[in-house]
Amino acid sequence: MSSSTRSQALTSTTTGTVRATSRRQFLSMIALAPVAGSALAACGTSGPGSAGSGADAVATEWYLSGEPSESITTDAVNAFNEANPDQAIGLTFFQNDAYKTKIKTAIGAGQAPTIIYGWGGGTLGSYVQAGQVDDLTGWFDQNVAVRDRLFPSSFGPATVDGKLYALPNETVTPIVMYYNDELFEKVGASKPTTWDELVALVPVFREAGVAPLSLGGQSRWTSMMWLEYLFDRIGGDQVFADIAAAKPDAWNTPAALDALTKVQDLVRAGGFVDGFESVTADSNADQALLYTGRAAMMLHGAWCYGAMKNDAADFVTGGKLSFGPFPTVTGGAGDPSNAVGNPGQYMSVFSQASQEAKDAALAFFADGIMTDDVIQAYIDNGQVPIVTGIEDKLAASDDAEWLDFVYQLASKAAVFTQSWDQALSPSTAEALLTNIEQLFALSIDPQAFITTMNATLGQ
Amino acid sequence: MSVSATTTRAPARSARPAGTSEHKSVKTGSVAWMALPALLFFLFFGGVPLVGVVLLSFTQWDGIGAISWLGIGNWTSVLADPVMWKAMGLTFGIMIFSWLVQTPLALLLGVFTAGTQRYRAFLAVLYFLPLLMSAAAISIAYKALLDPNFGLAASLGIPILVQNWLGSPTLVLFVVIFVLSWMYVPFHSLIYQGGVRQIPKTMYEAASIDGAGTVRQFFSITLPQLKYTIITSSTLMVVGSMTSFDLIFVLTGGGPGDATRVLALDMYLRGFRANQMGPASVIAVLIVLIGLALAQLLQRVGGKDKSSSQMEGM
Repeated sequence: MSSSTRSQALTSTTTGTVRATSRRQFLSMIALAPVAGSALAACGTSGPGSAGSGADAVATEWYLSGEPSESITTDAVNAFNEANPDQAIGLTFFQNDAYKTKIKTAIGAGQAPTIIYGWGGGTLGSYVQAGQVDDLTGWFDQNVAVRDRLFPSSFGPATVDGKLYALPNETVTPIVMYYNDELFEKVGASKPTTWDELVALVPVFREAGVAPLSLGGQSRWTSMMWLEYLFDRIGGDQVFADIAAAKPDAWNTPAALDALTKVQDLVRAGGFVDGFESVTADSNADQALLYTGRAAMMLHGAWCYGAMKNDAADFVTGGKLSFGPFPTVTGGAGDPSNAVGNPGQYMSVFSQASQEAKDAALAFFADGIMTDDVIQAYIDNGQVPIVTGIEDKLAASDDAEWLDFVYQLASKAAVFTQSWDQALSPSTAEALLTNIEQLFALSIDPQAFITTMNATLGQ
Repeated sequence: MSVSATTTRAPARSARPAGTSEHKSVKTGSVAWMALPALLFFLFFGGVPLVGVVLLSFTQWDGIGAISWLGIGNWTSVLADPVMWKAMGLTFGIMIFSWLVQTPLALLLGVFTAGTQRYRAFLAVLYFLPLLMSAAAISIAYKALLDPNFGLAASLGIPILVQNWLGSPTLVLFVVIFVLSWMYVPFHSLIYQGGVRQIPKTMYEAASIDGAGTVRQFFSITLPQLKYTIITSSTLMVVGSMTSFDLIFVLTGGGPGDATRVLALDMYLRGFRANQMGPASVIAVLIVLIGLALAQLLQRVGGKDKSSSQMEGM
């Protein structure tokens, strides 16, 4: 049953009473109806808060609400607008999931903001295919300084058919292993460096009465991170590169079969916390399992550090948290330095915007977005900006050890593979997440997974 | 979003004029213009999007680029898709079980709260509380309560309640039906309460004189007199189940796997997650057609001239 049944019931009650009510009351109801209608219509467009000098803005940008990036970006835009009053940027905020749907609809309707914020990869590819974003290759050639200070690995998801369509910015967030040191000391184990060591730890922690691994399985992309690393460690980065390039039969490789089998073996051995399929990542319940000492290890994005510092400062700063790269797989073909995760966030220019607006957006790209203040603000929040040559600033931070780890991991990675659900086209990504959930629930076997996913290639 | 919202509502709305139009023509032609504003609103917000969706179902469109004509390709692929048939089965399963759970509960609660005692009025207020909350808020609250590690059961230390509620493909169905019922039983109780209060007292008085007890009175007077209330409530439940989306979307997102991927959710995920507006429109049209058919069917079950027979035996 949905809310529509309620509205239907209300309307039928109204029509039922019409016969009894007077003519005047009835007319006043008619008069009210358009008001209700327009109020409903307004729900679609209003809602998000605005910042910056919205009224005289030349270019527009939509951005995600949520700290700390909301205030960092607001400050950056305000600073840019003060310095460039005739090229001001108007900023509007949306909640994450609402934004993802809204931006697609807006682009399809030709009503998108000048600056299109996103995550690159497959979604950006669909914008490029529809001719909705500008080719920035020429602009980067003219602004070599802008390009050269950013991590080289961050440009992959911004590239479609050899051309650059987006400016990488903000922070790099690889996926890393987090460990609860207290629990490791309690059972007298050392951190796993290989897959076999990790698997061997499962019964050790089970005996001690804690879950070996935390996982927010209901969110699906959380389980996907395990496959991302296993595919890479076992078969190298080419395995997923072939899948992303939609080569025929790309999922059907020995490496894929091995990785999928290893994951199911780990599930069967009780590696993940009991009931992990019910645990959600959007409530940070998976992180809570780690810092409350109910799970010993967790594979998660680098963004968790700041979140855990916020929720359990004592755990993070009290030396109970440690972190490391994903274990290697003995005999695997992948480079152990390889990383997966989000190489950055991306901003493109809407092709239907006016030339004046585009110029303002590009000026903002060049001078406004990754300023020294912005870089410092991200570092203060335990995040690594995608700018090279900031080792000194990282070392001066309270979280120096963590920041240095992430910075080294991201900047030294031979290949930094983008999160699969963002690298693939939206339709393939949806099928992938559904299949991963079934794989982890042991309701399909690896071969069925491969067959289903092969059918989605090129969609 | 607006497209999906209007299309999913279409069956619920369009179900009504079919039932009332007969009366209108019989009564007076002079007030027909009064229906004009409502008709215009319906055409603009219900009819136009519906035609748009039917057209879209024959096209290929990712929601961003150009729309290209495809013919019946979407229809053949969706009708051959096991995912859609599973969603269809789930939708009907949830519909039937929801009806089986909600109708007796709502009926009994409605009869109970129809009494005039003060404690009943107080309890009625408590029963109706879920009506005041949005489906999204209810879903988020239940998600937190059902968390196996930090949820209600773990906090209270009741091991039997620590289950993989949202992660097990079988358990999750019961959870969904439970939460749906928790949310909508108050609404249907309200309908039954109104229905019971309209039953003339004289009937019960006569029955008491004839020596009928409470149970006998319930089955011989209350239940038959509520026939049309039951049909109204059932129509709302059945058509509502066809379009049921918000609560399941927030609670499970269709998961685990596709264990709770009902038809309306399947439509949303195809259209707005996977960017396949064509197949999504096919499903939208299917929902409209099935919803209309079910509403019609229930009206038939109730008999055609229902308002005249309401006071049978009086």
